[in-house]
Amino acid sequence: MTHPSDAGPAPVLALEDISKSFGAVRALRDVSLELFPGEVHALAGENGAGKSTLIKTLAGVHRPDAGRVLLDGEPVVFHGPGDARDAGIAVIYQEPTLFPDLSIAENIFMGRQPRRALGRIDHKATHAATLALMRRLGVELDPDRPARGLSIADQQIVEIAKALSFEARVLIMDEPTAALTGSEVARLFGVVRTLREQGAAVLFISHRLEEIFEICGRVTTLRDGALISSEPVDGMTEDDLVRRMVGRDLDELYPKKDVKPGQVALSVRRLTREGVFTDVSFEVRHGEIVGLAGLVGAGRTEVARAVFGIDRWDGGEVEVQGRKLVNGAPSTAMAAGLALVPEDRRAQGLVMDMSIERNIGLTGLRTTVRAGLVDRGAERSRSLDWAVKLQVKYARIADAVSTLSGGNQQKVVLAKWLATGPRVLIVDEPTRGIDVGTKAEVHRLLGELAADGVAVLMISSDLPEILGMADRVLVMHEGRLTAEIPRAEATEETVMAAATGRAAA
Amino acid sequence: MPESLTRAIRWDTVVGALLVVLLLLSFGTVDGFGNALNLSFLIGNTLPIALIALPMTLLVVSGEIDLSVASTAGLSGAVMGKLWNEGMAIETIIPLCLLLGVVCGLVNGLLVTRLGLPSLAVTIGTLAAYRGIAQIVLGSDAVTDFPSQYLDFAAGRVGNSFLPQAFLPFLVLLVIAVVVLHATPFGRSLFAIGANEEAARFAGIRVKRHKLILFTVTGLMASLTGIFWALHYASARYDNATGLELSVVAAVLLGGIDFDGGKGTLGGAVAGVFLLGALQNVMSLLNVSAQSQIVVTGVLLVISVLGPRVARQISVARAGRRAAASTPTS
Repeated sequence: MTHPSDAGPAPVLALEDISKSFGAVRALRDVSLELFPGEVHALAGENGAGKSTLIKTLAGVHRPDAGRVLLDGEPVVFHGPGDARDAGIAVIYQEPTLFPDLSIAENIFMGRQPRRALGRIDHKATHAATLALMRRLGVELDPDRPARGLSIADQQIVEIAKALSFEARVLIMDEPTAALTGSEVARLFGVVRTLREQGAAVLFISHRLEEIFEICGRVTTLRDGALISSEPVDGMTEDDLVRRMVGRDLDELYPKKDVKPGQVALSVRRLTREGVFTDVSFEVRHGEIVGLAGLVGAGRTEVARAVFGIDRWDGGEVEVQGRKLVNGAPSTAMAAGLALVPEDRRAQGLVMDMSIERNIGLTGLRTTVRAGLVDRGAERSRSLDWAVKLQVKYARIADAVSTLSGGNQQKVVLAKWLATGPRVLIVDEPTRGIDVGTKAEVHRLLGELAADGVAVLMISSDLPEILGMADRVLVMHEGRLTAEIPRAEATEETVMAAATGRAAA
Repeated sequence: MPESLTRAIRWDTVVGALLVVLLLLSFGTVDGFGNALNLSFLIGNTLPIALIALPMTLLVVSGEIDLSVASTAGLSGAVMGKLWNEGMAIETIIPLCLLLGVVCGLVNGLLVTRLGLPSLAVTIGTLAAYRGIAQIVLGSDAVTDFPSQYLDFAAGRVGNSFLPQAFLPFLVLLVIAVVVLHATPFGRSLFAIGANEEAARFAGIRVKRHKLILFTVTGLMASLTGIFWALHYASARYDNATGLELSVVAAVLLGGIDFDGGKGTLGGAVAGVFLLGALQNVMSLLNVSAQSQIVVTGVLLVISVLGPRVARQISVARAGRRAAASTPTS
């Protein structure tokens, strides 16, 4: 680990006593940060701690109200993202936005392609320059391949290559691993190490603590917009870091209660959707939390969608509490007591412009009815009830959900579904992108639901979460169920072996 | 105070206020505006737009559109004229024509929901098709000799007032539409579908069914409008109501219904309809040329697409600040 001492190299980029307010909210209070060439620096903090504001200040999106930004020791003012980019600062977002119909090379050199005579684009030079960038990153991607169909991991690589083509010296990676599989994370970390060796400064944001310990040399922690600490990662424990982020000891991240499973609640038999998943059979009992693990793309989400009726299945059957479900009909699945908390809360879970009250109300339109009209009083009390139970932080129940932080949005999605009083609950990546404090709350909630007799099927790419919460672990690999592992035998190794197809059950 | 401000900035309120201002100004300053005959013309001429605007508002809220409404109206009128010429009883003809409207709407709805085609494209197609069928049915004839009690109803006024008799049934339909959109689970679902169809599906809302119903009702209302049109102007021709769809869409957008779906109120849409109608009436009284009227309408349409967005951004910014201010993150 190279972590610079006072006598070492000067910081390439520094923030000095930066403050930024939005209206009455002080998003950043006197925050300082130094990034040195050749270091990977973690930025940690809960949702709403000020990480995004800090990144946007570095990237030239926000201008600080007070404090200075220093580039190579010289004060600079960024008037926009273009200024920051020209200064060698690049931001790699969680989900890059490429032009799908252009090739990788065209995406990288969009708007500044090498030219030949008469202003024609020099495709050969573009191709060669892209190849050189990929070689620098140690990644093999065909420059002529269209961006459409690239995995998120590959898209990030393209963004990183693009940043390098701008001679970026500071790379800010905003939760780059949130949507990546294990091997993709490993490749990304390889690239990050390469960048570090080439002298770049990397600011790395992740909710996965173990990643901070794996790749970062120093960590800066924010809480409520204030700087808590900036220190070397060596010698810290995960508990130390959590305490700095949350401001208290977290009782337990995985509060799993022992529950004796009851009757079969959800029974999936030989379910097949052609080309997507094949011959999937499993049961979930009342009071049980069953984890569904596997790599991204293994077909886990697709099984959940088909069970709930979003997609049709081609063969097999699904029973909820002894009632056969109709193929492709979410409303009958709901009537049978099934609920699905989808993986993408913005696209599938919420209507962002609609109020908290009405979002939660959407699943109750059939029940909160009087004389054919929506019973607004009942709708409000139902929504308030659940918003309070889940401790959603909001100003007014009539505010749009878009005004909430990510963790609170996820709670609204949960509230929306718990309000239906489900007996079988499928949660798909219930804690993706939410902070460790909220995560613990969601886990506690799932534990309580199971204790109340709800059958829970939990899809997650977060292995510690699966291992910590599930009574049994089902593993999918390439559209098939490859293993069923009881809690006692479930380890990272056994689950990963089944998920990657190295072991058959 | 901030909340009342935010409310006042809502676009549908703005359009309503504009309508009131325009009416007051016109009563005071435009010769011939305030007399009962002119007002009855204004309302009578606006009624066809208003009638179709009701289902169109629901459609646009759900993220769809139907551009074939004027052609459906024209086709209904043409079939009515043809059957009347053939000697069929008007009491039989009208239900048949309404049924025809249902079929027209159903065809649109099935093409959109079963084949997954965009409604803009589908209904541009049926716009041409339905109008073409109308011409085949009636040719260039004009049928004018409908029974007088029907003509009288469609053109008559309530007592000696300026209100057309047909305005009363319209009011009933308006109330029904307001209740359906703003107070029933069906209406609530339409907002969800328009704002985020995927999330609506995940919430168990039967999206396709909702849309199919909407297209069908729109067809029904379009044919009702076609019948009214032929009786009101005592003329059934194949080209009745040509171009009406643009007036309807313009008025609905002017009323603050978001073209992208998910936002708007029926009150706003109806205010938009009558604002456009009153404006055209006033411009005609002031001898503004037809060309200039089109320019004014066009400019209004652009404003109507911009205005609600600006208004919403202001109120979202306020709400966001309010929420952020009172939600300490700890």
